[in-house]
Amino acid sequence: MQLIQFMQFIMSKFCALMPSSLIRLLGLAGLVSLGGCSGNWGWYVVNPATETGRQNLAFLIDGLYYTIGLSVTAICISICLGLLVALPALSNRRAPKAINRIYVELVRAIPILVLILWVYYGLPQVASLSISVFWAGVLALAISDSAFQAEIFRAGIQSIDRGQYEASHSISLNYRDTMRYVILPQAIKRILPALGNQLVYMLKMSSLVSVIGMQELTRRANELVVTEYRPLEIYTVLVLEYLVVILIVSAGVRWLERRLETN
Amino acid sequence: MNPPATQAFIKVRDVSKYFDKFCALDSVSLDIELGQKLVICGPSGSGKSTLIRCINRLERHEAGEIRIDGIVVDDSPTGSAVLRNNVGMVFQQFNLFPHLTILENLMLGPVRARKMAEADARDLAMHYLERVRIPEQFSKYPAQLSGGQQQRVAIARALCMAPKIMLFDEPTSALDPEMIAEVLDVIEELADSGMTMICVTHEMGFARQVADMMLFMDHGKIVEMGSPKTFFTAPESDRCKLFLSQILRH
Ligand SMILES: Nc1ncnc2c1ncn2[C@@H]1O[C@H](COP(=O)(O)OP(=O)(O)O)[C@@H](O)[C@H]1O
Ligand SMILES: [Mg+2]
Repeated sequence: MQLIQFMQFIMSKFCALMPSSLIRLLGLAGLVSLGGCSGNWGWYVVNPATETGRQNLAFLIDGLYYTIGLSVTAICISICLGLLVALPALSNRRAPKAINRIYVELVRAIPILVLILWVYYGLPQVASLSISVFWAGVLALAISDSAFQAEIFRAGIQSIDRGQYEASHSISLNYRDTMRYVILPQAIKRILPALGNQLVYMLKMSSLVSVIGMQELTRRANELVVTEYRPLEIYTVLVLEYLVVILIVSAGVRWLERRLETN
Repeated sequence: MNPPATQAFIKVRDVSKYFDKFCALDSVSLDIELGQKLVICGPSGSGKSTLIRCINRLERHEAGEIRIDGIVVDDSPTGSAVLRNNVGMVFQQFNLFPHLTILENLMLGPVRARKMAEADARDLAMHYLERVRIPEQFSKYPAQLSGGQQQRVAIARALCMAPKIMLFDEPTSALDPEMIAEVLDVIEELADSGMTMICVTHEMGFARQVADMMLFMDHGKIVEMGSPKTFFTAPESDRCKLFLSQILRH
């Protein structure tokens, strides 16, 4: 009984956002995996039929706000940063290419968790500025992801036919206009699926920002586990939360891909 | 073969172009007057494309000099400006912008490079679409058009920049046979209207109609140059004779 109520509560939280087929799939998966061994579970901690259960659930789910806020802000910044880093790679000269390579290789070599710690605890000492948990997380995620974005942009731009540059040249477009009106619109269309995958990656990596105290999904689950001592149930909710968000994003990316194809 | 001493509109002097060690253009000299129609032919790999791409600075030559309207074509501001203001190009593969509609393809240059008002650019674009006889296609995307239509759009796109000279690099080589005529007709009309042009093509019927000078290239050199009449009836070099006999056989 509790289990079904629990599933219903989760569903009602997400219903508006999800395609109905996804809901059915998730519900089924949940019943099959959890129903079989319900004897060991203590669902009361997140039972929406009780006052504390509801409070706990709301506490967990409100972390979405930060997880999504972190990820979306970070990906916007990392896309801009990635594009900036990708452009010198397209040059014929050696120095700009080297700058691109060094940036990409360096940033890719740093683990995200280490970067988060360094930005939050280290940067204020170096630059003597105070940085909020949110912006430290955004900055670390964005820098880390920008190396991948740069590679995606570079590949996308390089996949555009040389004839497009030559045609732009022959109608007197300068470099900026060629990029802005001819090359980038085509390149971005091609890399949109890859950008969508980066957003999924970012949503997952944002869980690491919990270590510096960001009240996102993972941090809230950890805190609730400390007070309630029901790790199994609470982390299961956490898994479902990520699952739902990421399935929605993936579906969105596929929808976008299909729409772009028909155009 | 010696160019006259008068001030030609385009002067190509001893231009050489190397790809690594390979010599694609070997000290080529050439003069084109305003209003002249030059047709270039020659076997594949003889340097025809390289020559007109050097004129348009899509390739950088290592030696020699190209002048348009007396100004040296190079990377300097004046060199780029004289190119921008005078030279249009049509490619074998059309190179239309696939993400833009036909109208947007035509308006991009006038609006962004010439800073023309959108409404004026639209009128200009429609004017040239009518001249290439496809005004009704203005709102479509390039992929929705046939090859012949796409190439006519490419011609209109170049014309929107009001060039004094048009360069054509095998404009019909990528087309299905039944579409070649509609493109050649448009180019012929353009020639009749007085446009200066250099056209690389193997369409010899078209060349006879349009050219007032024929040019045969082989191995990066100009082998034969002359009026269409002497060129087709009494070519001097054996290589040119052989080439013409091969190309005119069918
Ligand atoms: N970008 C390039 N890199 C190396 N070699 C090239 C390049 N472009 C052309 N070539 C060579 O230069 C020669 C002349 O090429 P091209 O002018 O395109 O010939 P055509 O247009 O007469 O067929 C060819 O042998 C070709 O292989
Ligand atoms: Mg060629």
